[in-house]
Amino acid sequence: MGTKTLQQIEEEFETFQILNEEGEIVNEDAMPDLSDEDLQELMTRMVYTRIWDQRAISLNRQGRLGFYAPVAGQEASMLGSQYALDKEDFILPGYRDVPQIVYHGLPLYQAFLFSRGHFHGNQIPEGVNVISPQIIIGAQITQTAGVALGLKKRGKKNIAITYTGDGGASQGDFYEGINFAGAFNAPAVFVVQNNRFAISVPVEKQSAAKTIAQKAVAAGIHGVQVDGMDVLAVYAVTKQARERAIEEETPSLIETLTYRYGPHTMAGDDPTRYRTEDMDDEWEKKDPLVRFRKFLESKDLWSEEKENEVVEKAKEDIKAAIKKADEAPKQKVTDLIDIMYEELPKNLQEQMEEYKEKESK
Amino acid sequence: MAQMTMIQAITDAMRIELKNDENVLIFGEDVGQNGGVFRATEGLQKEYGEDRVFDTPLAESGIGGLAIGLALQGYRPVPEIQFFGFVYEVMDAISGQMARMRYRSGGRYNAPITVRSPFGGGVKTPELHADSLEGLMAQQPGLKVVIPSTPYDAKGLLLASIRDNDPVIFLEHMKLYRSFRGEVPEEEYTVEIGKADVKREGKDITIITYGAMVHSSLKAAEELEKEDIQAEVIDLRTVSPIDIDTIIESVNKTGRAIVVQEAQKQAGIAASVVAEINDRAILSLEAPVLRVTAPDTVFPFSAAEDVWLPDYKDIVTKSKQVIDF
Repeated sequence: MGTKTLQQIEEEFETFQILNEEGEIVNEDAMPDLSDEDLQELMTRMVYTRIWDQRAISLNRQGRLGFYAPVAGQEASMLGSQYALDKEDFILPGYRDVPQIVYHGLPLYQAFLFSRGHFHGNQIPEGVNVISPQIIIGAQITQTAGVALGLKKRGKKNIAITYTGDGGASQGDFYEGINFAGAFNAPAVFVVQNNRFAISVPVEKQSAAKTIAQKAVAAGIHGVQVDGMDVLAVYAVTKQARERAIEEETPSLIETLTYRYGPHTMAGDDPTRYRTEDMDDEWEKKDPLVRFRKFLESKDLWSEEKENEVVEKAKEDIKAAIKKADEAPKQKVTDLIDIMYEELPKNLQEQMEEYKEKESK
Repeated sequence: MAQMTMIQAITDAMRIELKNDENVLIFGEDVGQNGGVFRATEGLQKEYGEDRVFDTPLAESGIGGLAIGLALQGYRPVPEIQFFGFVYEVMDAISGQMARMRYRSGGRYNAPITVRSPFGGGVKTPELHADSLEGLMAQQPGLKVVIPSTPYDAKGLLLASIRDNDPVIFLEHMKLYRSFRGEVPEEEYTVEIGKADVKREGKDITIITYGAMVHSSLKAAEELEKEDIQAEVIDLRTVSPIDIDTIIESVNKTGRAIVVQEAQKQAGIAASVVAEINDRAILSLEAPVLRVTAPDTVFPFSAAEDVWLPDYKDIVTKSKQVIDF
């Protein structure tokens, strides 16, 4: 009849990979144009972030951090995509996507303050093009269409990029966001980090669709599924999506296949209730750091010594950042009242006086 | 001075601000080529182009998110939600997102967005078109909620709303769109957000109201006058924040008050006004402050609408109860 079957459409969304689990290049033609320094920098960032994640979990357990969503396992997906961006590109992260905004310019101590609910953590410095992490799943996706349309209207050669998870791709806002971006030919890139579980619900229960990437078809935008444990592949597809968004004014949906080794957040989630050890082991074999380390070592670009330097640097930075976060002035209700509106209405003026008094005691 | 309907005054305000500020963008369902289902944006796309005035896909949450994203790029979005009953579809974008933009960014970002939307009963719309949901909005810190009752106020308040650096929910009562004309200056002017207007002075009772009920209350005041009762009618014009000073000044003078709203009784604006009067002027009161409201049911579209909605007779009756207390 001339129409494609669903199966034919789904078959077109093969997983894109450059580096296999053994650290071997399996797709030479797709190898991105990265210098040795770039390759080392990517590894540095992944190692650094892995250490940061371990420290953050430990600080959380000591009651010194607050809200934290672990990132180990997702480093390639997060940092490979961010590395493809220009500083003027705008990131709208989900709650787990803190590494991307730190590498986009948010100081680490502010990321820790965000975890603590101190709003200085959300005061993004001038010139850093991000908004603080979104808590409502998918709300950032429609906003991304708006930022992208704004960039286009301003005539900037930049994109808006957003991150969500496999669960986020079930939200109405996901469909509205990708559809709006498509309808407005807005330079947006939507990254769905499919880490297999939305807290506990497996991706198979989210949708009958075999891939999340294929959802791009209905919105009339590009879609690609990529091995999210392969930092080179994630970088390459994001770079291509970025160029298409700017040059062809077509948005893209990128599905990264990845895994979070830790719990959903540090607030009591227990992954053993919904994941097996076998599954954890299977995914840890795909680890993004392990395979990229092998690749770099084969090119003489990485060594144990280099890795240790990064680990030590990360530990020092984190220590300093926590110290700086500790020095932030105590968050006050009066500060909060002060930023509700540009000018305080009478009710808040009265409450300001009330809380000044309460906080002076 | 021109004679305009409220909808003409609203269009006029948008035309002025499109001209004044290149960051103003107007968008929503059917607002472009069609000029909006009520013609509020009539001619604006033709005059200012599709870059400034444009149709969106049919998705309210998407419209809200789009507005936030554009605000993050320095624009001053004026999205239209086609009927305010559809606001449930965009509650997160409004209450969860734009209202919290300053908080979520520690004051770094703001959301200078004016969400325009028709609402209000008495015009026999289908279900979920006419509901008075201003109470939901007024409960959300970070928003301002404006409801004009005259063409003059509509123009001045809409200009003030678009220029405001915080998100404003601008609710336009459908029954007032074309039911009468009023004097509206052709030049630009603003009416201060958060400032009530004493629409009629009186010494015996204060009627505090807003939206279409301002006109029912003025009619009730005329009826009361026939019985030598001088009612003062206060049009709140903004239901968040509420102009408490104007209310209290009046109640201290009259010693009696009723609050009139088209919305259901439970929670809502009238309840809030009664509480403020109790807090601040209880010793001035000669009688309890009563409310004229709709019953606590969902809005019944069409068939039972006329009985369901409060009318001037209800206001007269309730006023006399307070006078005769």
